[in-house]
Amino acid sequence: MKKILAVETKLHLRDSWSMLFIIALPLLLLIVIGNIPDLGKPNPDLGGERFVDTQLPATMLLLALTTVALTVLPAVLATYRHQGVLRRMSTTPVSPASMLSVQLIINLGMAVIAAVVLILGARLVHGSPIPSHWAFVPVFLLGTAALMSIGLLIAALAPNAKSAPLIGNVIMFPMLFFAGMWIPRETMPPVLRTISDYSVGGPIVQAMRDTWAGEAPSLGSLAVIVVGLALFSALAVRLFRWQ
Amino acid sequence: MHPSGFCAAAGISSVYSMKVIEVTNLHKRYGTHVAVDDVSFSVAEGEIFGILGPNGAGKTTTVECLSGLREPDRGTIKIAGADDRDSLKRIMGVQLQSAELPEKLKVWEALDLYASFYGRTSGDLLERVGLTEKRDTYFGKLSGGQKQRLSIALALVGGPRIAVLDELTTGLDPQARRDTWELIEQVRNDGVTIVLVTHFMEEAERLCDRLALIDAGRVVATDTPSGLVAMVDDEQRLRFRPSGPFSEEILRALPEVTEVSRSGEQVVVTGTGNLPHAVTLALAAEGVIPTDLRIEQATLDDAFLALTGRKLA
Repeated sequence: MKKILAVETKLHLRDSWSMLFIIALPLLLLIVIGNIPDLGKPNPDLGGERFVDTQLPATMLLLALTTVALTVLPAVLATYRHQGVLRRMSTTPVSPASMLSVQLIINLGMAVIAAVVLILGARLVHGSPIPSHWAFVPVFLLGTAALMSIGLLIAALAPNAKSAPLIGNVIMFPMLFFAGMWIPRETMPPVLRTISDYSVGGPIVQAMRDTWAGEAPSLGSLAVIVVGLALFSALAVRLFRWQ
Repeated sequence: MHPSGFCAAAGISSVYSMKVIEVTNLHKRYGTHVAVDDVSFSVAEGEIFGILGPNGAGKTTTVECLSGLREPDRGTIKIAGADDRDSLKRIMGVQLQSAELPEKLKVWEALDLYASFYGRTSGDLLERVGLTEKRDTYFGKLSGGQKQRLSIALALVGGPRIAVLDELTTGLDPQARRDTWELIEQVRNDGVTIVLVTHFMEEAERLCDRLALIDAGRVVATDTPSGLVAMVDDEQRLRFRPSGPFSEEILRALPEVTEVSRSGEQVVVTGTGNLPHAVTLALAAEGVIPTDLRIEQATLDDAFLALTGRKLA
């Protein structure tokens, strides 16, 4: 298990494109968008908060998390299944389930790194707050787990290696939209706002923003994330194929 | 017959008599498609046993059942020393058809990783498969032959008693194919029993001690390569250019000869037994030397054709 972890970590580091998309792209967007002058001023639409305080860092973090969970994770698993890597492993004493666990650990690791980079980046560049409510960490972990369960479901359903990241993107962009990446949730029309409330991405951003600002997350947001996690992981477990 | 597991426990080591694999009435279907209908064979310790048949005959499904990747619908598979799936995976190394590795995995890393699955080290395996110089190369940068040799190394890294190799030379150039054959022979010399799946007649003839011909999910015949050939036809054909004129009657008079004909300068003699010897001797008595002498014998292809009414390749 340790060896698989070491080898797979190396393989992920060699794939510089995915590292670029997961960490560099959200950080770059955080810096560039945050430098638009009006976004650094208190905004009555956001309840007097600045756009760069929690809205921007939380949506950029969701961008990083969805990239990890919805494209990188399913792409690797679908490729390994397609290439017969998992099949070959099933002929050895080590179960291919260890490979699955290792991928989850590595992707969680990348998510944590992205979070740390974005929190520090927002603090240093825009003077945004550091998440101050203790529930931020559980919210972050819960949200990441829910997104990964969707990623596992994509890996289970993708007919081949190439379609997995494509399906991931098709789910990722509407999710980012409803989570408020382009229109903050506060300024959404009521219909969009309602969809956003149930879109998994929406409650994740909301709960992260709340805890980022030092407030407790709403039970409604947490409930939607938990239900999503339970539903998608149950489906993924039922539908996952090793070969 | 002893159950083979008992023999192993008792330490009886009579090579070629102890059965390490015994497959009986194997049946496997996918939906309505019957992949394996009725397959039975046994493999003795230290043997290179071939499973030969055209594409779609059920060879791969058979070895997948053998290596525990699929559950047969009917029939039994007994493997000496393997009482459950875990022990099976320890004593059997499997090289699967078209199973790849991650592109950016280096050769030594792959070997090191798979060795760790068995709690072993890779030892001199890299050297034995001739990949020492490629140890730092990415899997994606290897040639077809090198990928196959690495794949064989991964099947051997657990120190198995049985190695199952599926279509291992498909897509290789003739040189790479011959190198791979040599490697297989070395592996057998180290005492590993080998089950070789192939649709190459030449490969089966060169490597296998015994083989099962499989067609449409059934075993058509099991024998040594020469036994299978003899089953259908023991006729041989001799072609040569005589160095001078001679009467064909002196050949027709030989008991070994059944037919003599000429096509242009070439003489074609058909017959049985020790035909080349009889013919050259008779010609020598007339002072005639057969030049460009060629001997044509029935092949496994012919045997397969005769047994199934179908061509192998």
